[in-house]
Amino acid sequence: MKVIEFQKLTKYYGDVLGCKEIDFSVNKGEIFGFIGPNGAGKSTTIRTMLSLIYPTSGTVLIFGKDAIKHGPDIRKNIGYLPSEVFYYDKMKVIDLLEYSASFYEEDCTKRIQTLAETMELDLNRKIQDLSYGNKKKVGIVQGLLHSPDLIILDEPTSGLDPLMQQKFFQLIKEENKRGATVLFSSHILSEVQQLCDRVAIIKDGEIIDIQDIKTLKEDTYKKITIKGEGLNHGKFKMDGVSELQEQDGEVSFFFKGDVNQIIKVISSLTLRDLVIEEPTLEEIFMHYYE
Amino acid sequence: MNIFVFELKQLKFSILIWSLSLSLGLVFFMAFFPVFGSDSMAMEDLLSQYPEEFLAFFGMNSQLPFTELMGYFALSFTFLMIPISVQTANYGFHILSVEERELTADFLLSKPISRASIYKAKLAAVITTILITDMVLFGMSFASLYLFSNGANVNVTGTWVFLASIILFQLFFLSVGMMISVYVKKVSSVLAYSMSLGFGFYIVSSLGMMISSDVLKILSPFSHFDPTYPFIHESMNVSRIWISIVVIVLSFVTSYVLYLRRNVKSL
Repeated sequence: MKVIEFQKLTKYYGDVLGCKEIDFSVNKGEIFGFIGPNGAGKSTTIRTMLSLIYPTSGTVLIFGKDAIKHGPDIRKNIGYLPSEVFYYDKMKVIDLLEYSASFYEEDCTKRIQTLAETMELDLNRKIQDLSYGNKKKVGIVQGLLHSPDLIILDEPTSGLDPLMQQKFFQLIKEENKRGATVLFSSHILSEVQQLCDRVAIIKDGEIIDIQDIKTLKEDTYKKITIKGEGLNHGKFKMDGVSELQEQDGEVSFFFKGDVNQIIKVISSLTLRDLVIEEPTLEEIFMHYYE
Repeated sequence: MNIFVFELKQLKFSILIWSLSLSLGLVFFMAFFPVFGSDSMAMEDLLSQYPEEFLAFFGMNSQLPFTELMGYFALSFTFLMIPISVQTANYGFHILSVEERELTADFLLSKPISRASIYKAKLAAVITTILITDMVLFGMSFASLYLFSNGANVNVTGTWVFLASIILFQLFFLSVGMMISVYVKKVSSVLAYSMSLGFGFYIVSSLGMMISSDVLKILSPFSHFDPTYPFIHESMNVSRIWISIVVIVLSFVTSYVLYLRRNVKSL
């Protein structure tokens, strides 16, 4: 079952392009990554899902319903954490969370306490006295307190320390196990790598690829580094090799293709060390943005 | 209901400050009436030396001299209507734009509630705020009229008609403020907008009185709701007030439609 379905969604701000012909879907129970550099159109796409902005053309269906026409109904089951968190400064955290909970039918009191404990959030402080990281925690709790079926995270980890990030990821994984679908937007690829099943890559407002994270890593490049004396990197000038570099007795490159071929070449050399590793997503995706 | 209560809580200090300052302002003005009233002949002599246009600019009217109790009360309100206009314009510019200005729009608008419901709840909250301020102000109006009457008769009907017209006057500034706030890209400073609107219309009206220009009088709600009129005619200036009513209705409808269609900005 498709939880999110973009159908040629386009948004222009006057003459400026926000996003163009976005067309992909996210299945129930998926953790779906949405990757792109700042200003690529991630937030624009997400904000149309929540009727914060209206599309110029195209539609987005959430739970099978038009996100604009059935906005209030759909949002009962959406938890949203925006990239920048701003709340009513003079309120206490608990008052803000109770105000947030008052929009939902279910009683969220226990859930607020549990989430606050997990995220180590002091409920009695005023919002204006909180650090950015703590405000982000408020954002996480208010986004999850009603146990939504769809969780939309727009650059959620900025401001969280590494320990909190891990706790947050754990929380998202638990929500996902419970059955929640997650749309995770980020420009930090390692985060997506850690959490997501599939990923859509957006550049200049357009989706340029949608990939399964596993296949993406299996079927693509290997990062190979060899060390030794008198290495002739000219031997590696063959099909499938890219980013070939030689420096101080060390040759490194990416290889995509039949591994037997490259092993043959490597075995003809006398080496001091050999490292064959998975490239990071950053390295894999870099060519999309070059 | 939760948004209504929330907005009302946010406005509680505003209610307190405006109710107190407007009431104290009125009492301050009215407290001087016994002095003017007791020496009315000398004051009338003094004022007769000024041209009619000059007196009109300051809201004085030869048909209802301010040496009489109701004339003095009307004159007090001529000045009080400026802060009243600024207060209500302030609510108008603030109430729909605050979420975008303080960047809390993503929080509120991502909740399961329609923009139409948000609009209605916010409007209901500011109208309640205005009515609470009015209850205090109206109470103080009668109290100060009887307290400082110096033996003169209080025109009760005229006072009620005038005070009722104040509510329409406030709705004018509220609705126009709301309309402008959703028409412009961003209301960066609410006070700058509301002061400009309040004082702007006051100057238009005063100029209209001074140069006897009907066009200017038609343009400004300060002329439609001239405080002396209800005390002279014991009714509202219906021929002018309908213009305000049309503006109020159009402004509310426009602000509603624009708010529903608005693309909400974020950082």
